[in-house]
Amino acid sequence: MKCKVCRAHAVVDIRRHNAAFCQDHFVDHVNSQVAKAIKEFKMVTAEDRLLVAVSGGKDSLAVWDILMNLGYDTTGFYLDLGIGGYSGRSKEAAVAFADSRGVKLIVRSLREEHGFSVPELSTLTGRVPCSGCGLNKRYEFNRAALEEGFDVLVTGHNLDDEVATLFGNVLGWNTQMLGRQRPVLEERVVSAGAARAFVRKIKPLIRIAERETAAYALIRGIDYIVEECPMVEGNTQHRYKEALTLLEEASPGTKHRMYFGFLKNVSDRFAEDRGATELIPCAGCGAPTVASGAHATGELMCSFCKTKALAQARRAEREDATGRGVKRR
Amino acid sequence: MKVKLRNPDRVVEVDGPRTVSALLNRLEVVSEAVLVIRDATLLTRDEPLGPDDELEVRPVLSGGSLPPGDGR
Ligand code: SF4
Ligand SMILES: [Zn+2]
Ligand SMILES: [Zn+2]
Repeated sequence: MKCKVCRAHAVVDIRRHNAAFCQDHFVDHVNSQVAKAIKEFKMVTAEDRLLVAVSGGKDSLAVWDILMNLGYDTTGFYLDLGIGGYSGRSKEAAVAFADSRGVKLIVRSLREEHGFSVPELSTLTGRVPCSGCGLNKRYEFNRAALEEGFDVLVTGHNLDDEVATLFGNVLGWNTQMLGRQRPVLEERVVSAGAARAFVRKIKPLIRIAERETAAYALIRGIDYIVEECPMVEGNTQHRYKEALTLLEEASPGTKHRMYFGFLKNVSDRFAEDRGATELIPCAGCGAPTVASGAHATGELMCSFCKTKALAQARRAEREDATGRGVKRR
Repeated sequence: MKVKLRNPDRVVEVDGPRTVSALLNRLEVVSEAVLVIRDATLLTRDEPLGPDDELEVRPVLSGGSLPPGDGR
């Protein structure tokens, strides 16, 4: 195959675009697709300070690289989840990338901040690792962005991620999540003039398939972590991705049609289902939280603090049971 | 040809496929779910292969996700 732009030998073919590219023109193509998404959904302005959540994987490092290419002011944020050797190696990948580009990376550790890792949280609460993990990331990414004064939080969600989430929301007819699934989540404050409760969040890679972010990272010499998180086993999102990829293989463009058709024709029909979003301060951490959820359970705590409190209570029970709690006193 | 597979890392010997697509068919791998790499260079699906090639078939679909909802 030949490059669509210069007719040189192609290295990547993109079947849904009916196109192939040489290395340089593939990089141009990806950068311009991201610029297009940013413009189309008015994701950021040139003055914004961006915090990029990086995991050491291909998507988040690729989006950081692309945003630098496009001239944005970016800083990386890595959250150490404490998942054994995997977290150590993914942190190395994130640090090595930041060093190679001479850019700043903020590193925080879940265990240092809150006293537990993702596997420990899962054992203590009896919930699957990915659910606690997602909650931790959401909470810590937002907190870091607000504390460090960033205008926008960037995540590396790609087309495959978004279409798999959409597929899951449709399978379960989760109308509230369907109402909320957008490439930009606007900044929110508790009341007019108050400090920000939630930072603006954007997903610049929505036009890029996962196969393309991997190709991009490889071509750009980004040494990302290929190894999978050991907790991923049985992750439903992964199953949806595989199913959708089979459909894509048979009919290129399926994923793009489903996701962008949703944004264009369907998303707003679920606007009412986005739900009541009156915000109140969490009794645990003081961060603003959604009042409706708190009232429903009778506790005015955010879901992160509720989970953390549960984990701490279970840990205390265990320590009492083994006698360690007594010895310490 | 020698083909490196991932998760877990292993190398298998495959004889016969003349193109990337044929190799992926033989391995029963969905082409949209992988990249094929030779000498640190990516290969398109129609790229010809030789019997002495050393290749890597790298999966691209990762499982981790960030649930999107946080009350907005
Ligand atoms: S696979 Fe699950 S536990 Fe592992 S990093 Fe992703 S969300 Fe977290
Ligand atoms: Zn070219
Ligand atoms: Zn809280």
